[in-house]
Amino acid sequence: MTMTDSTPQSASAPSSAPVLEVDGLVMHYETEQGDVSAVENVTFTLNHGQALGLVGESGCGKTSVAMSLLRLQAENAKFLAGEIRLNGKNLLGVTEAEMRHHRWNDISMVFQGAMNAWNPVYRVGDQIQEAMDLHYDPPLSKAESWEKMGETFELVGLDPSMLERYPHEFSGGMRQRAVIAMALSCNPQIIIADEPTTALDVIVQDQILKEMKKIQADLGMSIIYISHDIAVIAEVTDTIGVMYAGKLVELGPTDEVFARPKHPYAYLLLSSTPSVTGPRRKLAPLEGEPPNLLNPPTGCRFHPRCPFMTQQCVDEEPPLTEIGQNHQVACWNWDQVPVTIGEKLP
Amino acid sequence: MTEPLVQVESLRKLFPISKGMFRKATDFVHAVDDVSFAIRPGESLGLVGESGCGKTTTGRMLVKLLDATDGTIEMSHNGTRFDIAHIEKDEMKDFRGKVQMIFQDPYESMNPRRTVFDTVAEPLAVQGIGKPNEREERVAELLTRVGLTPAASFLFRYPHELSGGQRQRVAIARALVLGPSFVVADEPTSMLDVSIRISIMDLMLKLAEEFGVSYLYITHDLAVARYMCDRIAVMYLGKIVEIGNTETVLSDPKHPYTKALLSAVPVPDPSYKRPPVEIKGGINKAINPAPVCRFLQRCPIATDYCRENDHPPLEDKGDGVQVACYLVEKKSAPAPV
Repeated sequence: MTMTDSTPQSASAPSSAPVLEVDGLVMHYETEQGDVSAVENVTFTLNHGQALGLVGESGCGKTSVAMSLLRLQAENAKFLAGEIRLNGKNLLGVTEAEMRHHRWNDISMVFQGAMNAWNPVYRVGDQIQEAMDLHYDPPLSKAESWEKMGETFELVGLDPSMLERYPHEFSGGMRQRAVIAMALSCNPQIIIADEPTTALDVIVQDQILKEMKKIQADLGMSIIYISHDIAVIAEVTDTIGVMYAGKLVELGPTDEVFARPKHPYAYLLLSSTPSVTGPRRKLAPLEGEPPNLLNPPTGCRFHPRCPFMTQQCVDEEPPLTEIGQNHQVACWNWDQVPVTIGEKLP
Repeated sequence: MTEPLVQVESLRKLFPISKGMFRKATDFVHAVDDVSFAIRPGESLGLVGESGCGKTTTGRMLVKLLDATDGTIEMSHNGTRFDIAHIEKDEMKDFRGKVQMIFQDPYESMNPRRTVFDTVAEPLAVQGIGKPNEREERVAELLTRVGLTPAASFLFRYPHELSGGQRQRVAIARALVLGPSFVVADEPTSMLDVSIRISIMDLMLKLAEEFGVSYLYITHDLAVARYMCDRIAVMYLGKIVEIGNTETVLSDPKHPYTKALLSAVPVPDPSYKRPPVEIKGGINKAINPAPVCRFLQRCPIATDYCRENDHPPLEDKGDGVQVACYLVEKKSAPAPV
């Protein structure tokens, strides 16, 4: 496995090797009104066996990053800079045929709302087999692939006999489990889970997240979780990246970022999240709305909403800088952010 | 104790399952089954539960978007009492001035071809309140109060020119323009981003005080209910299983379902270890349910007594909390000091 020197070592145990490195990724969408700067200079590393969470609000670029990793970006998307290296190999430089080989075999994805994407007229097992036929080289025999599918169904807590059933015979939670089984069917190294439990009720969500954590530990899998729900990210990840308006503004160990967020946006996001535990407190609203990325603010993209804004924030873009053990923040005034959540801000 | 603003008594809603055009339905989904609760003036009640538990159906019956199969919904307004479940057609217009609704999806609940002014002023026009120029003043004042300032710049915009948060503010203005005393809010913030959500929730709390409005706040999110509501009612398959003061219920849940629901909520604190969730599986539809406890199949502590008896009644189990479970002991009142 090769390590490129330009990539900053991201948060995780220093001994583990990176499977995926995203380095200075810039991706824009071309529209009639101009370029939408959806992903701007995003850099992070995913290590073997690591669970990384990307959080942010709608339009912050988290799904655009996920789609880029599989090169399933929209047609009007263009990569302007950066690399996505899978075990050292730049995926942005390979042909589509090669990329197709990496998809599912190396990186698979649980798409947002995928539980509703099953074809109602085919048995679930046949649909998973279709994916396996396309990606196994040499191809598996029918018996082998059904055996493999049975194993993955057991992993996600479904009875293998369910493979013979049609999607309408599954409940919502079971359909989502089957989607995860499908993502596991070709033994990928990395799973990208984009809002894997958003449409589910909390009790089912709890079961599926537990299942995914167990699979991750048992198979030594690396998972990138993408969610707007920071409570979910708090529970399942060891590293968290907070995105705002196309940029990664804070990256660090989940415990550390939740205990002491240092980017004002991350701080305010945590301050404005209601919880069923702890003292009932007044939540601090984030004033304003996310910017239009057709014409993003100068300097720091968060400055129009930031209580710590100075002239420097308007003029200069803050780089992602190391402020602690594997903890990086892109803010000029991170040292002014209060230590405890929920304090009154200027 | 003050007289309740809304008193719901034995409310039921059965949906027939169609067996074909000319056949009479024999199967029914018991969406809401014998639900009773009261909302006091100025108080907000949170109605929580998983999807399919009947919380939206209950809310819709309270604004008369659905007719109740059975039961009464008494409401008092300016000293008079009337039954929402049995309103006559000619009283509907009057009723709409007293009770309003805020919907979940601000992208669906507004006519895309009408301006903000048209949307907010329509209830005034329907009710024949004020002259057109007075209406414009009233709408502008409301827009200011829901935080859409300067109001003049919002009056003649179309929904597509507004963000989700701004649209929900318009929906709130529309709900309040007639000065209702009761508003049913069905997941009003669940489509919004976290950073916008708190400002809308704070706005609703502020307006409740200023306008003297009570909410029935329907949500699947216990953390949101905790932030918004004085009291909370937990629904399961058409029944209320626990109702009481929000903090009391959440700090000491008594019904096994409330316990499971609460321990399944993810907490935004990686160091917090949640108690294990004792129940499995998802919610089913209550089609011709057996008369036993609705929660029996998933209950981790059910006994033979539960299997042999009817659905337990909602009873006071101490701390002012009512619970529908045979196995929850009544907490005795603390001895006077």
